Amino acid sequence: MELTTIWFSLIAVLWIGYFTLEGFDFGVGMLLPFLAKNDTERRVMYNTIGPVWDGNEVWVLVAGGATFAAFPEWYATLFSGFYLPLLLILVGLIVRGLAFEYRHKRDDARWKAWWDRALIYGSLVPAILWGVAFANIVHGVPIDADKEFTGNLFTLLNPFGLLGGLVTLGLFLTHGAMYTALKTTGDIRLRARELSVRLGLVTAVLAVVFLTWTQISTGSVSSAVAFVVAAAALVAGVAAARAGREGWAFVGTFVTIALAVAGLFLALFPDVMPSTTDAAYSLTTTSASATSYTLKVMTWVAVIFTPIVLAYQAWSYWVFRKRIGTHHIPGPEVGPGPAKKPASV
Amino acid sequence: MDVLDIARWQFGIITVYHFLFVPLTIGLTAVVAGFETAWLRNRNPDLLRLTKFFGKLMLINFAIGVVTGIVQEFQFGMNWSDYSRFVGDIFGAPLAVEGLLAFFLESTFLGLWIFGWDRLPRGLHAATMWLVHIGTLFSSWFILAANSWMQHPVGYRYNPGTGRAELTDFWAVMFNKVQLVTFPHVVAAAYMTAGAFVIGVGGYLYLRNRYAADRDLYRRAIRVGAVVTFVAGLAVAVTGDFQGKVMTEVQPMKMAAAEALYDTEDSCAPFSIFTVGTPDGKTEKFAVKVPCVLSFLATGSTGGRVEGINQLRDEYQQEYGTDPGTAYYYAGDYVPVIPVTYWSFRFMIGLGVFAAFGAALILYLTRRGRTPAARWLGWLAIGLPVVTVAASSFGWLFTEMGRQPWVVFGLMTTERGVSPGVSTFEAFTSVVVLTVLYAGLGVVELRLLSTYIKKGADPFEEPPEPTLRGRADEDAPLTVAY
Repeated sequence: MELTTIWFSLIAVLWIGYFTLEGFDFGVGMLLPFLAKNDTERRVMYNTIGPVWDGNEVWVLVAGGATFAAFPEWYATLFSGFYLPLLLILVGLIVRGLAFEYRHKRDDARWKAWWDRALIYGSLVPAILWGVAFANIVHGVPIDADKEFTGNLFTLLNPFGLLGGLVTLGLFLTHGAMYTALKTTGDIRLRARELSVRLGLVTAVLAVVFLTWTQISTGSVSSAVAFVVAAAALVAGVAAARAGREGWAFVGTFVTIALAVAGLFLALFPDVMPSTTDAAYSLTTTSASATSYTLKVMTWVAVIFTPIVLAYQAWSYWVFRKRIGTHHIPGPEVGPGPAKKPASV
Repeated sequence: MDVLDIARWQFGIITVYHFLFVPLTIGLTAVVAGFETAWLRNRNPDLLRLTKFFGKLMLINFAIGVVTGIVQEFQFGMNWSDYSRFVGDIFGAPLAVEGLLAFFLESTFLGLWIFGWDRLPRGLHAATMWLVHIGTLFSSWFILAANSWMQHPVGYRYNPGTGRAELTDFWAVMFNKVQLVTFPHVVAAAYMTAGAFVIGVGGYLYLRNRYAADRDLYRRAIRVGAVVTFVAGLAVAVTGDFQGKVMTEVQPMKMAAAEALYDTEDSCAPFSIFTVGTPDGKTEKFAVKVPCVLSFLATGSTGGRVEGINQLRDEYQQEYGTDPGTAYYYAGDYVPVIPVTYWSFRFMIGLGVFAAFGAALILYLTRRGRTPAARWLGWLAIGLPVVTVAASSFGWLFTEMGRQPWVVFGLMTTERGVSPGVSTFEAFTSVVVLTVLYAGLGVVELRLLSTYIKKGADPFEEPPEPTLRGRADEDAPLTVAY
């Protein structure tokens, strides 16, 4: 296989890692007002993703860095072209990232409510905009002979792009509900399970329309297979949730997201950013790539270190494998104070 | 203002801001890991209290470093797309490797450390913080390798066919001679910053009567912080000296700009402590000069020859003045903004030296159990973290502004790197949104830090002793929870 094809696949893998993992913590964040009835339950939800969300988010940093290194032209055109959506995503990721660490630092209802909003909207905005961005990448955008994006924000907000945004929104909500059901005990678990079924059914309809549309406009045989399995996994996941099999339900949405993203990349190949101005201006895996020497070096690094990363990330999930319930939440952090003075003083 | 100006301001603002937090994070992870390891060895309860106390402050700080770091990676493509196209083959690789080797390590093991008190055996728990620290060092290595390549491009060739620089030797980039002196300099400065932070926090609490019972605890923190600051300060000075020699060799204009030396001195070039000049910065009115010091800084010998700005401008114009064939070339003046390089160089050195001497003084005054209680000592202690953070910022301002007009020295000027397709509106929106957001977050961060500093260290509490199989009581509340 060509090195450029290998790197195209590896970048697909990085995005799959990102959306399958950060997808559920986006979902948990967005579901905060719907699944949690009080502060303790909100804290249960925060704590289900507390130890792992940051590791999940690193997948997007590595995907961005790998695109920069392996396909500099793709990175340059995409990031300078999708400027405002990326800025909004950045703002979202910044405020939600701080919400985890800062929310519990003060026992003050208003302070907590602000950080809850940061988590909710900071998850919602990227959850939609990543879908808009990927739908537009696959669909193609106006790119000129200098590889520059010539559209603006409204070019990206076309019906196909917006539908893509709704699909990622629905998938991450469902995925987050499945994760909450899998990682909690008590009322919240039941609520999450019920909601996951309803969300899953709505998402399934949206996803089928979107994937069929993608398949008709740019699909290949392999992307069709991926899309069909993705849809089947979603239905199976919802059925598993209804049957109370939370582990399998989560596997269902996990596989759905993984294969839907894989299918999008298969539909994209061998382009990386098709041009709607003129097909000759499309960026492809070969025209956008770095030199083979860089790709070789990067391949060695990836081959050696990716298994190590996967191993310790998996291990951290295993360490925090237990379900969390309201009884696990300690009282509010009253905050540290001076050591008790000895009685004699 | 055009997109170029806005993009430059944005890079300056968000990068300096990001780096206010980074050195402290790098250094504090080591300090916290050190306290925890020391506690495991001698079981002194004070050490665990310090571990948790500084661990908390480190996390408040770490969070901002993490979220502002995402912008760093995205903005190369957003604002500097032509730069990214030109250098992606070389510059992208260290960034990708940084993500894979460093960011995963930091984020995963930080999560394990925060929530692992009742999940991981004690030794393993301490090890997770060391791994976080190693992650921060990996991160520094790769990002500094990328930056060093911009200061002194090696291991590449220019391909006229594609109009891009292409990587030919990855190891040359990783072990660039600029990198070999920059990495230790930056990391030592990070330890120095963290040491100063520990002195500042410890000093503040030490002098408050409310915490009289904990005097010994904070005195210990001050001593540890002062040793770290002083030793790291020496390392910063030595590595900075090496850096000066390498800089003189590969970027002579930057050295001339550091001194505002307009004309070549054949030997014994003086170093001015400060200068008052005419408003255009070209004529000096009054200066305090130390003879031969600049020659020594630049060449290692008091008799060394130091080239001046005017001569270097002629040399650069001869070398780069005719179009070398790259589309990214722009013939310019080749002289950075002299007042900025001149003063940032002095503030970097002056503040760094002040902090190292301050730490030494504190060590001396607290020697052998002495417990000084002078107010001015408290102010000195509290001032040191500010001084060291400022010194780091001035160092970066100097090295980045001193490279101008180049973005990649000798290959590409900064103005050629900016994104051609980005509108003024987009760039302006971005710089305003990020600056306002960062300012707000800065206020929140400082207030949180001060709240948690004022509360002092928690009383000692024996942590659980879990095994990997799980906790003794799985239904008990979590030891640490958000």
